[in-house]
Amino acid sequence: MKVKTALKRSLLVGSFVSGSIMLSACGEPETTGIAPKLYTDSLFAVMNADRANYTKLVVKRLGPAGANVVKPDEHWEDLPNGTLLPAQMFRAGAEAVAEVTDEFTYSLQSIWPINSQNAPKTPIEKAGLEYIAENPGENFYGEEELGGTTYFTAVYPDVAVSDACTTCHNDHKDSPKTDFKLGEIMGGVVIRVPLGSS
Amino acid sequence: MKKFYWSLWIIITLSISGFFVYKMTLSDDKSELLIGEATHGHFQIEMACTTCHSEAFGGEEAIQDACTSCHADELKAAHDSHPKKKFNDPRNADTLEVLDARYCVTCHTEHQDEQTHAMGLTIPEDYCYHCHQEIGDERESHKDLAYNSCASAGCHNYHDNKALYERFLVENANGPWVDAMAKIAKSNGASITAPHAMSLMNKDFTPKANVAESDASRGAANSEHWDNNLHLEKGIACVGCHQANSESSEQWLPKPGVNECQQCHVNEAETFKQGKHGMRLAQSMSPVTPGHSSMSFAEDSLTVEHGCTSCHTAHTFDTKTAAVDACLSCHTDSHSTAFEASPHGNLAAQVSAGTLPEEQGVTCATCHMPRIEKELLGKTLTVVQHNQNDNLRPNEKMIRPVCMSCHSLEFSIDALADPELIKNNFNGQPANHVPSIDWALKREER
Repeated sequence: MKVKTALKRSLLVGSFVSGSIMLSACGEPETTGIAPKLYTDSLFAVMNADRANYTKLVVKRLGPAGANVVKPDEHWEDLPNGTLLPAQMFRAGAEAVAEVTDEFTYSLQSIWPINSQNAPKTPIEKAGLEYIAENPGENFYGEEELGGTTYFTAVYPDVAVSDACTTCHNDHKDSPKTDFKLGEIMGGVVIRVPLGSS
Repeated sequence: MKKFYWSLWIIITLSISGFFVYKMTLSDDKSELLIGEATHGHFQIEMACTTCHSEAFGGEEAIQDACTSCHADELKAAHDSHPKKKFNDPRNADTLEVLDARYCVTCHTEHQDEQTHAMGLTIPEDYCYHCHQEIGDERESHKDLAYNSCASAGCHNYHDNKALYERFLVENANGPWVDAMAKIAKSNGASITAPHAMSLMNKDFTPKANVAESDASRGAANSEHWDNNLHLEKGIACVGCHQANSESSEQWLPKPGVNECQQCHVNEAETFKQGKHGMRLAQSMSPVTPGHSSMSFAEDSLTVEHGCTSCHTAHTFDTKTAAVDACLSCHTDSHSTAFEASPHGNLAAQVSAGTLPEEQGVTCATCHMPRIEKELLGKTLTVVQHNQNDNLRPNEKMIRPVCMSCHSLEFSIDALADPELIKNNFNGQPANHVPSIDWALKREER
């Protein structure tokens, strides 16, 4: 899974770089790199695909609703057959990426979070999460300054792709919303790209 | 006259510079360079400056690397709930300006003796509040709690919450305060590593009779060394320990040390060097003695150098002696001196008297040097954790691997949060009740 993800990311970035070189060679105006929106849209496509696949092909298929050989659990490290919940898997990816690059960061947030640490913190996060909740199917883009650096911040809808998502959130004692339905927006993926120090 | 003052200035400058260059590079005693006393966890190695200050201009990253080079494994084993990677996202920028949780030294600054409190912390105890202040509004049970009581009341632990997280509390609620007699697993760590080490050193296990014969010819024959000699019983000849290795087979070591023991007792030596008893050896320093410490120890123990045989007396290597008597020969604090009259001490005495099976005795080592399972040479072995500091602080780290072998979670939490009960070595019941399990159960009713 990790190797596959890394391969996809390498191919993605590689195609952008080679594309930029080809455009320059054809006499197109010189570019300063990949447009942030295209960059974050592409990253989200990879993240979203991996996230949906883990939820459907691992958690749903091998968990209690399927073959029941693994136990997706918040405290997965404490169980011999424990595996990460989809949201934890997503976060584990974000943390692993942050250990190898600071060219972009991403996180999973919600205005109905189980863990309040995953509620929006910055004004842009709050505006973005509210926008995607009110405008299903649309993304949100903005800029913000954090710690002296300006960021391009994109917020993408995180949709319930499996009843494993809705059941777990609706039944969790810390969930502020208990009526999620399949296909509904449960939160958002926030991707940040640093544009430079201000 | 002017020339004289110039010369004097140059001589003084060079002398001072030379003194500090000597101290920094050649001298073993670097006390003049200390900017403040090191914490109780590091004072043994405070003269080994480069252990932490590995690079002159490495900045906070180099210091952080030094912290993790010793402590990363234990944090991983504890399922550290606040690892650095959780704070790298720029959305945390505002919070990190208040408390930069990416670096150990933000909370554990060294050489600040005057402001270091429990757990080596150098920041005020309200650190949880900076990020979790909403909990007071969200949870009825937490409304009137003091903002500096999260980690000091037996409820939460910044790094290791393995015995304190909510579902664990629920799943282990309502047990009797003492449930089962201890069944301490027998250690077999050297059963795999010793034959492996012996084969690497081209040494053989030797029948006892042959050992006596061959060692008599060396002039080393002394029957008092053979009586109750555990190694001899296992077929380890005198040269198995008293020779450094096969290449220097003629070199007789009168007093083998940790280097010789660790050839077979791999885990024991490795973990010994991680704790306060052995950490100086890990830095190639002289062995620690109780006299190095600012704590109070038995007068006649102050110069005892700590190695394997300081607790495991040669040649009997009696683990019962090492598990209680050796500890009490140095440690004279109230917890230690109360042991023999305590309920745990009573069990240990019954084992010594032969009225209780060995696996039911509770010694100092049972709690402070617990038996743990470890993968060695492809097999799962029961080994003794020789880093007695591994589960010592915060003491909630003892709950799962030690206390809950016999006691309920509730009793364990309450007992470890009671300083007086710790002082009298658990001779009685906890004075106060930590309500965390009750609150967790109440939330289940929702």
